[in-house]
Amino acid sequence: MKAKASDFLKYDEEKKAYRMDAEQAVRDDVEKHYWLHVVRTIAKDWRLYVMLIPMILVFLFWRYLPMYELLGCFKLYKESTPVADRLFIGFSSFKTLFMGSGPSASLSLDFWRAMRNTFLLSFYGLLFGFPMPIILALFFNEVRSNIARSVYQVMTYLPKFMSTVVMTSLTIMLIRSSSTFNGMGVISQLLYHLGWISEEVANGGLLNQPGLFRAIYQITGIWEGAGYDSIVFFAAIIAISPTSYEAAQIDGAGKMAQMRYVVLPSILSTVVIMLITRIGHLLSVGYEKVLLLYNTNTYVTADVVSTFAQRVGGVGQAGNSNPGLAMAAEMMNNIVGMLLVIGANTIARKASNTSLY
Amino acid sequence: MKRRLEISELIFKIISYLLLTVFSLACLYPFVYAISSAMSGYEAVTYGKVVLFPKDIQFEAFKKMFSDNMFWNSYSNTLFLTFFGTIWALGIAIIGGYALSKKRLLFRKFFNFFLVFTMWFSAGIVPQYLNYLATQRVFGKVGITDDKWLVVIAMGMAAMNIILLRNAFEGVPSEIEEAAIVDGASEFQVLSKVYVPMTKSTIATVALFFGISRWNGYYWARMMIRDKNEHPLQVFIRLKLEEFTNPEEMAGWSESYASDSIIYALIVCSVIPILIIYPFIQKYFAKGTNAGGVKE
Repeated sequence: MKAKASDFLKYDEEKKAYRMDAEQAVRDDVEKHYWLHVVRTIAKDWRLYVMLIPMILVFLFWRYLPMYELLGCFKLYKESTPVADRLFIGFSSFKTLFMGSGPSASLSLDFWRAMRNTFLLSFYGLLFGFPMPIILALFFNEVRSNIARSVYQVMTYLPKFMSTVVMTSLTIMLIRSSSTFNGMGVISQLLYHLGWISEEVANGGLLNQPGLFRAIYQITGIWEGAGYDSIVFFAAIIAISPTSYEAAQIDGAGKMAQMRYVVLPSILSTVVIMLITRIGHLLSVGYEKVLLLYNTNTYVTADVVSTFAQRVGGVGQAGNSNPGLAMAAEMMNNIVGMLLVIGANTIARKASNTSLY
Repeated sequence: MKRRLEISELIFKIISYLLLTVFSLACLYPFVYAISSAMSGYEAVTYGKVVLFPKDIQFEAFKKMFSDNMFWNSYSNTLFLTFFGTIWALGIAIIGGYALSKKRLLFRKFFNFFLVFTMWFSAGIVPQYLNYLATQRVFGKVGITDDKWLVVIAMGMAAMNIILLRNAFEGVPSEIEEAAIVDGASEFQVLSKVYVPMTKSTIATVALFFGISRWNGYYWARMMIRDKNEHPLQVFIRLKLEEFTNPEEMAGWSESYASDSIIYALIVCSVIPILIIYPFIQKYFAKGTNAGGVKE
């Protein structure tokens, strides 16, 4: 394209004269030929865009393609047929899951059980697991000696670095059932001698008790994550200026009053951010841990949507499987989960001007 | 002038120390127990006589494990996955995060959303499995038949880590970049000679995040790696656990050590590398999580 002289000349009413505005011409030009401008910018700076390519490809292939595959929940599953070519069946998989009757009645019940368990496991995690790191951080703040605090921190962070397999293996071994070949696990023994559980339960293995699964899940979760998660809160607490405490002390504030009026307001924004993250992940229970801890005896309380889906969908095993149904379950879970993230974020933005995304 | 502690402060301090001590010891206990049990004799382990210290010390379980070829195999597989997996993911994350940190990048908002969306919405296990199966087929056609490469290339990328790097790069003053460009540095040189040295601690943190998640990876490795000889350590531990806690398998056990000792020994060996580097990396982790705010 070629710029005409008149593009640069603008009539200025005030001065009653023509005035040259080269910049305006460029702006108009950019607006008119937006895509040309884009291509030119990219061509000039192509190295930057090349750097993006590997990342985009990895995310496209192994994050976004599975999402496309997930759309298969609206289609009749057929192996080695692309999603687009499968027979469209609409919401029939969802219907089977939500209110299956006849042969799929038990499947539907299992699905609702899984939804319920997913929600409850996360909810209890929020209720019991979320305050623990904050409390720990408050405790860390009381330890004045740096060495002592480091020792405490090293000890409490450690489990976070262990793999799920190691953590669950230890859990399984420590609370195992007794059989003719071995006695009960050492933690079972302790609880039994304290009188907190009956001999039957202890002998049968705590992990075979549906009623105890949620507690075990939360306690191991706190064991694993509380120390490490406290880092964020501790950082927020030590950022509080000592003068704030002094001012409060001079005003006669005791420990509780200091907590209430100095510490809590200072760490509130951190707490809100972490809370949003937790609520956002309310429906993404760590399936690996559940998978490694549960067994057929505890499906009642332990089976979550992911594990339900991987059993129904036949992940890693041949045999009768129904990936279409499994994907419908996961789709349901994901959508509710995403709505939770967005909802939590919106509320936080409105309430405290703190938002995560 | 030192102020005397008020009574409420004193009480809180005592409670803090007390509960911290209890919690710290509780965190540590299972590992201590594992070490003790790995070294204890048959009777002591089987009938729960080991509480804290080892009894009837033996090292047969360790010996038995070290003589197992599969153990060394899985160990080297884990090293392979950790090494190449970290390099691959870190490399992509660094250059991607660098490009994203530039204000002049067109469609920057879109690319950021592209990343962050994967944190909100993940497809789930089954679609991912189907996707990995398809990837496996494609890789097979290209000639990559070793499933370890599938695990290295297709898995383990995390949007969070890229955002961490992006934020760190954004913190580097743009004047420094301009100075480097005036001195004739190319885009890549700017990254490797200016940005990487200036954000060393974040890069170390992210490398550790990747490394640890690779070392600890279990589920997809078990699902996708078909050849038993290629299994990483975590899968090996789990398979051994499943084998050894099955009473029928264990009916004919006649060794001087308990079958449990082998599992404990395995666990101990698998966490030793992490324990060795742990003191050095701990401070980086604290830093990394502080910088972890997701900003748009």
